[in-house]
This record gives sequence, C-alpha cells and structure tokens, in this order.
Amino acid sequence: MRLRTDAVARRVTGFVTTLPGLLVLLIVVGLFLKSKAILGVEPLSRLLFSSAWHPLKGEFGLLPFITGTVWVTVTALVLAVPVSILAAIYLSEYAPRWVREAAKPIVDLLAGLPSVVYGVWGVILVVPFVGNVLAPLAGVYSSGYSILAGGIVLAVMTFPTIIHVTLEVFSTVPHALRDASLSLGATKWETTRHVVLRKGAQGILAASVLGFSRAFGETMAVLMVVGNVPAVPRSLFDPGYPLPALIANNYGEMMSVPRYDAALMMAALVLMVIVLFFNVLARRILIQVERRIR
Amino acid sequence: MTAFSGERIGRRKRTDLFFRVLVTASAAIVLLSLLLILGTIIWKSAPALSLSMLTRTPKGGFYLGKEGGILNAIVGSLDLALGATALAFLLSLPLVLYLNVYKGRTSKTAVWTRFFLDVLWGVPSIVYGAFGFVVMLALGLRASLLAGILTVALLEFPIMSRAIDEVMRLVPRELKDASASLGATRFETALKVVVRQSAPGILTGVLLAFGRGIGDAASVLFTAGFTDRIPVSLADPAATLPLAIFFQLGTPFPEVQQRAYASAAVLTLIILAISLAGRAMSRKVTRHVVK
Repeated sequence: MRLRTDAVARRVTGFVTTLPGLLVLLIVVGLFLKSKAILGVEPLSRLLFSSAWHPLKGEFGLLPFITGTVWVTVTALVLAVPVSILAAIYLSEYAPRWVREAAKPIVDLLAGLPSVVYGVWGVILVVPFVGNVLAPLAGVYSSGYSILAGGIVLAVMTFPTIIHVTLEVFSTVPHALRDASLSLGATKWETTRHVVLRKGAQGILAASVLGFSRAFGETMAVLMVVGNVPAVPRSLFDPGYPLPALIANNYGEMMSVPRYDAALMMAALVLMVIVLFFNVLARRILIQVERRIR
Repeated sequence: MTAFSGERIGRRKRTDLFFRVLVTASAAIVLLSLLLILGTIIWKSAPALSLSMLTRTPKGGFYLGKEGGILNAIVGSLDLALGATALAFLLSLPLVLYLNVYKGRTSKTAVWTRFFLDVLWGVPSIVYGAFGFVVMLALGLRASLLAGILTVALLEFPIMSRAIDEVMRLVPRELKDASASLGATRFETALKVVVRQSAPGILTGVLLAFGRGIGDAASVLFTAGFTDRIPVSLADPAATLPLAIFFQLGTPFPEVQQRAYASAAVLTLIILAISLAGRAMSRKVTRHVVK
C-alpha cells in the first residue's frame, strides 16, 4: 500500500515536471497558430520591416514597434548596466557586512514593486523631468512622454535583475584570489578590476543579457510613459511605441478589424521568440560560468 | 627613481579613491531610486487616500471624478492572486519534490527542467496574457476571474518553483538517507522530512509569487476583464488593482488621477506588507527545521 502510494506519487510528480518544457512549446505553438491568419497573406519580410501601420487598410508593418522596443531597451541598458554593475561591485567588494545585509531586502523590494507603480512614478516624476528639464537642456521640445522617459523608468526596473545575477557571479570568485592580489600590493580597485571583473566577465555579460530580455518585454510601465505614437523614433526625445504596448493598447479593438488579432498575436510571437533567444543565450553563458568554476 | 615611483603610487591611490567614490555613488543611486519611488507615491497619494476609497465600489461616473472607491479592484486582485497562487502551488510543490527527492540534483531531467523554468521566468507577462487569451478562446471561456486565475497561475508557476527549488536543494542528503534507512518511502520522506525542513523557503517562494501575481497588469488585461462590481463567481469578470490604477491614470481628470496615485499607494502597501510578513513568518516556521 505504501509502496503503491509512492509509485503513484512518483508518476504524478514526474508528470508535473514535464510541464515547464511543454508550456514553452505550447506558448510558441499557440501564438503561431493564431498568427497564421496573417502570416499566410503577407510575406514575413513586409510584416517585420514595413513601417506602414494602417490596420483598417489591412497594412500591418511592425517596424515602428520593433524599433521602438529596441530604442527603449537600449536606452535603459546604457543607463542601467554601468550603475548596476558598479553597485554590485560596491556591495560585493567594498560594503561593510551590515550594508550588504541591509541591501538585500532593498534590491528584492525594487524587484517586487509592480510595474504599474513604476509607471505611476514615471508619469509623476520622470516625464515632467524629461519634458521640462532635460529637453530644454538639449535644446529640443518634448512633451516628456518619450523614449528617454521609458528608458529611465525601465533602467530602474532592471537594476535588481542585473545586480542580483552579478552579485551571484562575484560570490563565486574565490577569496584566495583577491587576497593574493592584495598581498602583492595591488589596490582595492586594481584587485577588483584585474581579479574580480576578469573572472566574472562572462557572468556580467549574462547578467546584462538577462536585463535586456527583462526590459524588452516590460509592458505597463513603459506603456504609461513612452507616448505611444506609431512612427519610427528619430531621437531620444521622440515618443515611441514598443511592441508590448501595442499589444496591450489594442486588445479592445482587435476583434472588430479583420486580421488585427492575428497581427497582434504575431507581435506577441515576435516578442516571445526574441526574449526566448536572449534568455537561452544568457542561461547558457551562466551554466558555462558555473561549470568552469567548479 | 624614488620620485617617479612616488608619483606613480600617488596616481594609483587617486584612481583607487576615484573608483571607491564611483561604486559607492552607484549603490547610492540604486537605493535613492527606491526611496524616490516610494516617496513620490506616498507624497502624491496622501491627499486622495481615504477610508471610503478602500471600502466602497465605484459609483456611477467614478471615472469622471464622482464618488466611490476601489473596493472592487482590491477584492478582485486578492481573489485572483489567491486563486492563482493556490493553483501554482499545486503545480510547483510536486515538481520541486520530484526534482529533489526522486531525481538527483544533477540529473538531466533536473538540469533541463530548471533551464525551462528559468526561461519561463523570463517570458514577459504580456506574452502570458496573449497566450492566456488564445487558450481562453480555444476553451470557449470569456474574460473572467477563472481565466485570469489560470493565466496568472502560469505566470507564478516558474517563479514559485524556482524559489522553492533553491531552498530544497539545500536540504542535506544525510537527512533524506536517515529517513530512508528508517524504512520510509521516498514519498513519505518528501512530505515529512523535505517539506518540513524547507518550510520557511516554501513560504517565501509562495509569498514571492503572490506578490508578483497581485501586481501584474499585462497578463490580466485580456483575461480577467474589468467591472465595477465585486466578482461573486469564477465566471464573473473581475477588476484588478493594477488595471484600476492604469485606467484611472488614463482619464483626463485630475481628481481621478489623484485616485490613481492613491490606488498605487494601496498596491505598494500590499506588496510591502507581503514582503514584511514573509520575513516575519519564515522566522516562525523554522521551528521544525533541523540545523
């Protein structure tokens, strides 16, 4: 009887374990099936590289949205990667123990704040800041609802992801190596640069890629501050219209216009495939890092 | 020679100092951004926060600045997150037990499953929303509490599994061996030893997923619908706090936008409370943990 319970439990739990892989597959297949209605009519190249977005005329060029996503994400990373990595260096190499302990809940909290809260903060503070302070400084006019505002909000949102992974990578660098460097007379920074950063270089890359894929798919916070104008942006102060925002904004109308829903599901598929690619890339690097250290 | 090297050491020291300041400043930026977010939300929401906001549902014209509160969204969000967390737990616990009790830590299954969970963790919530929408249509469901729960459960599942797994991996092998040597089956070991030993971690994982579920907007946008009423059955559409914030902020009326700030403060407080409760409770359930 007890053995039978055990056998049943083994089978049930074993089945559940296949779900993650299955779910990844199902999401891709499900979105693909739904976007077939448009993939069959329009060539993929025109869908991805045309900037004509006129759903009522049946033109679904995703280029403005793809470039919008890339602009916002790259802006966010340019801001977030240096700050996060330097902050991680501080926490792992410089900070006294109690600061390190106190920092953990703070980073966790930053990661746990809902994206609408970031969005509200962006609307209250970042958008006016970009519109009234940064744009005049740069000598241009901007309403503030812009790529730059989206990038700033997104940068703060990616801090915890990059810091967390980078810290983990730094913690795998053996202390003996640091001590050896210090005992040869290297300064703290020289040790950090030549030992910790060199050993952790790959891991830092992986952390940045993970940050990238996290930022790439972020929806609500960006949607609230980025302006949502379907045109290819020309500067940081222009509004943009990222892919996730496109999907979120139009779910209401999509059932009434032919092939609109297919176009949006295809946008979701594009998003999924890109994020999947970067995630797999980052995880592979991290697995390598882990192996090399063991 | 000595003058030269003295100069060099001076330069190295200056570089060292420069970077010490730089890394400290960077850490300060991260800390300040959190304080800035919390400060802004609380400062802006203070004028609009009131008890009636928490205890009433929206009356007619609420989104034009008339009377009412966001009780519908608070209840909707709690229902949704509770349902989704329960469902995700039913999937996560068996999965993690299988990986840690039935399979070796470094078995192929374990490595691949962890990899897929990490990948799923990275999938944007809007994609879960779109996928949930596709499934909903395929099953003939309408936007409802149930559809929302199913979608959010999918979103929470990898987060919870990974968090619990991280802790369960740390359960010492000797403990499992001791249990097996006393004649316990693996299933019994799993329930009575492994689960108990990792109870604090399980709790943290569950709360982490709950917090993620209650704060997520993009996944429920398509699936849970939105309504001014409090949902009474699984088939009813349900309002959620994040979406209520989003819609209120989207109106052109300053009074309604004020309420969006207040709603954001409520959501933030819920998240803060969850994270504090997690810390307090995980200390309590460590009673049964063998050190």
